[in-house]
Amino acid sequence: MSQADLTMEGHAPGLTVGIPPFSIPAKKMAIWLFIIADAATFAACLVAYGFIRNGTPSWPQPFHSITNVALMTFILLTSSLTMLLAVRAAHVGDKASAFRWMMITAVLGIAFGLLHIREWMGLIDEGMTLFHNPWGTPLFGAAFFSITGLHLTHVTGGVVALLAVGVRYNGGRYNASDLEVTGLYWHFVDLVWMFVVPFIYLLNLSH
Amino acid sequence: MVDAPHDGAARYTDTVGKYLVIYLCILVLAALQFVIAYTHVSAEGMFTRMLFVAIAEAGLALLFFMHLWAEKRGFLLFVVIFTGFVLLAMQYGWTDSFRMDVGVPYSQPKAGVVQQ
Repeated sequence: MSQADLTMEGHAPGLTVGIPPFSIPAKKMAIWLFIIADAATFAACLVAYGFIRNGTPSWPQPFHSITNVALMTFILLTSSLTMLLAVRAAHVGDKASAFRWMMITAVLGIAFGLLHIREWMGLIDEGMTLFHNPWGTPLFGAAFFSITGLHLTHVTGGVVALLAVGVRYNGGRYNASDLEVTGLYWHFVDLVWMFVVPFIYLLNLSH
Repeated sequence: MVDAPHDGAARYTDTVGKYLVIYLCILVLAALQFVIAYTHVSAEGMFTRMLFVAIAEAGLALLFFMHLWAEKRGFLLFVVIFTGFVLLAMQYGWTDSFRMDVGVPYSQPKAGVVQQ
């Protein structure tokens, strides 16, 4: 690529577009930077949760069953696989298959969200809210709803993104790289859940 | 597997079989966390075991689901070192968390200070 090719159209002569950092396209680099920042957000929430859990005597252990959270975990992990298959299909040019896998991923995300809300409703029925907890310190309710709520917000945003990008991809407005960027976000949501499950649920399991 | 790209960007030609193997490995690790939850170990021991399993799961997801392994090594190092540094820097306050639970260790009243 010549220097003239690199000159930005409409800008002053001499202003050039350099090779992107690590040879990664701008969209992908942007989502990676977002993921790094978001990882810090979730880590800060989990560290703050660990801080108050460690410093609070008689921390409640309200979870009696792992069935729901195990099912949610299975669904979210499976949705990562279907997202991979969507991106792979898009890269090999199989548009119909890519769209189908993407919609399956969105459906799995919706199923995860519904199970999550069902679990919330069960806990709310037992008297747990953001500021009240029938088993002890109200900090538990605040920590639980804040962290799982933040994650559920990400899942909801991810489902909207999957539907929007999938429809636009199917309509020819977006390409495989857009699916890949959406997939990176979706895998990150899955990755966060791998830490939320043990620390929020499994360590608070009543035996 | 990564094709040698013309423009430096990674291209993904992983097989579906490889994806399935990674998926099953992550599923097994996730199941292991549930098994650990029912073992009779101390809270500290359980936390440590679960943390290591979660890191292994996240590593597999990062490297193969998010294709970090297929990117340039410099980018992999950038993500791991930068994120790792930020995450480690958050851990400075744990001693204060223990103080909340057990009180300041070895605290002695200062001479001349009236205790309220």
